[in-house]
Amino acid sequence: MASGKHRDNIKQQSKAAAKKSGNSIASRISNSFRNHQQVAVDSLDRLLASISGTLMIWIMIAIAMALPLFLLLFLQNLQQFGSDLDEASQISVFMNTTTEMPRLEQLRDELLGRSEIQNVEIISAETALQEFQASSGFGDILSGLDENPLPPVLLVTPLAQDAAVLQPLLASLQDYPEVDEVQFDLDWLQRLYGILNLAQRLTYMIGLLLALGVALVVGNTIKLAIENRRDEIVVVKLVGGTDAYVSRPFLYTGLWYGAGGGLIACVLILLAQLILQGPVSRLAGLYEGEFALVGLGISGFFMVLLLSAMLGWFGAWLSVLRHLRAIEPG
Amino acid sequence: MIKFDAVSKRYPGGQEALSQISFQLAQGELAFLTGHSGAGKSTLLKLIMLMERASSGQVFVNGQNLNRLSRRQLPFFRRNIGLVFQDHQLLFDRSVFENVALPLQVAGYDSRDAARRVRAALDKVGLLQKENQNPIRLSGGEQQRVGIARAVVNKPALLLADEPTGNLDPQLSAEIMRLFEEFNRVGVSMLIASHDLSLIASLEHRILSLEKGRMIRGATETSAGDL
Repeated sequence: MASGKHRDNIKQQSKAAAKKSGNSIASRISNSFRNHQQVAVDSLDRLLASISGTLMIWIMIAIAMALPLFLLLFLQNLQQFGSDLDEASQISVFMNTTTEMPRLEQLRDELLGRSEIQNVEIISAETALQEFQASSGFGDILSGLDENPLPPVLLVTPLAQDAAVLQPLLASLQDYPEVDEVQFDLDWLQRLYGILNLAQRLTYMIGLLLALGVALVVGNTIKLAIENRRDEIVVVKLVGGTDAYVSRPFLYTGLWYGAGGGLIACVLILLAQLILQGPVSRLAGLYEGEFALVGLGISGFFMVLLLSAMLGWFGAWLSVLRHLRAIEPG
Repeated sequence: MIKFDAVSKRYPGGQEALSQISFQLAQGELAFLTGHSGAGKSTLLKLIMLMERASSGQVFVNGQNLNRLSRRQLPFFRRNIGLVFQDHQLLFDRSVFENVALPLQVAGYDSRDAARRVRAALDKVGLLQKENQNPIRLSGGEQQRVGIARAVVNKPALLLADEPTGNLDPQLSAEIMRLFEEFNRVGVSMLIASHDLSLIASLEHRILSLEKGRMIRGATETSAGDL
């Protein structure tokens, strides 16, 4: 009862305070918005006022952000390079030489009905022979044979390239009685994908650790800022500043540290891309391929910026939680 | 306005700063709190501001039992109390105007409204023409007046002062006290801690005396008024 009454008391008082300042809820919200805006600008001003120290922290964050991003982009590029190669990855299904055309067509239609298969092409024994004659240079010898030694082949293009789908598919193709041999010789690509996958996870782990590092660096810097502004914090608390009000400038400072570091990280990646683009296309030219480097892109840029700003905010929040509450007047 | 009911404060380590203090300060009353240093004056003020909490007993401010005030409610409670320090606690990284505006900023006042109030408060302490200066360039007496302007800008119902004239010469001290009396005349309740006995004796207000944590004088006097 007493505490309820007392709560009412507080409410009345804050209402009275609101009335005193002529504040409606709408103007309170707009005032709070203006406070956010002002604090955001002030804290950026403070950072820019001591630009050399700020720049050090920005670069530190940028390096920590850029390193895992470099790795990820490198892997992404390798993957893209791989996927250019595996467009050719078809499964050759060698049939018994006795298999007739109607059965081949029947098999093709059956296989086309399966979800993991994109396309099936029939190469009849005759076509195979013609191709072989044309390309091998053994044409004369082959025409001397009375019987076509080549089997008909079904060229199966699978939809997915990962082993989890391919292994059972290969096995099930082998199970047909008419099938002599199933050949899928892109095992090395599979291995590459396996390695890339592993490297990607490793990169995520490194990224996570470095992100933690960024948060801690920002947190420590904010801790020093809090110490430097101890007098101000005490006075603000004494004149009725809430915890949220007192922590706001520090949270924005953290946000700016993160955002600035993220921006520099993006610039570093862009620079690296520009430097590498030339040699990479020359190398691709040697393989008679066309290959454009995959960069961050617009959305990637904003993602990095957002992520690092959030990291900075998070680091500041950790620090505020630990150090700001400990500062009490008295 | 203020009511202490058998309040004791013991600091960790066993030292008892206040023991069994009971007194009331009426609405609109001005009272002095005296005692030699270490008698518990500051501790008593800190209990009212909730910079410390009582070990036993109950403190009421404006009818609120401070024992029941949560940490979250604390800032809103403090906005109704003006506080003047001996060392004025001004911030030297901003102007006089911005120092005085701080309590209004914290409470989310509209900036135009706030500017009007800040100028009114500075006018009352006679420093309107120095609003753009950095307080570090002001004299001790002026700095203290800025501190007072900051304490009253929010029009608090209660004003506490801890040795507000401690660093000032007698003439400036008398000026500061006159300023307090002016605010008191418009209805602000005040509790002023001071050991300047000759100064406060010359003013006709109630005097509460502390000695070794006990109230030895003034506790039972109450002037008429709503508590």
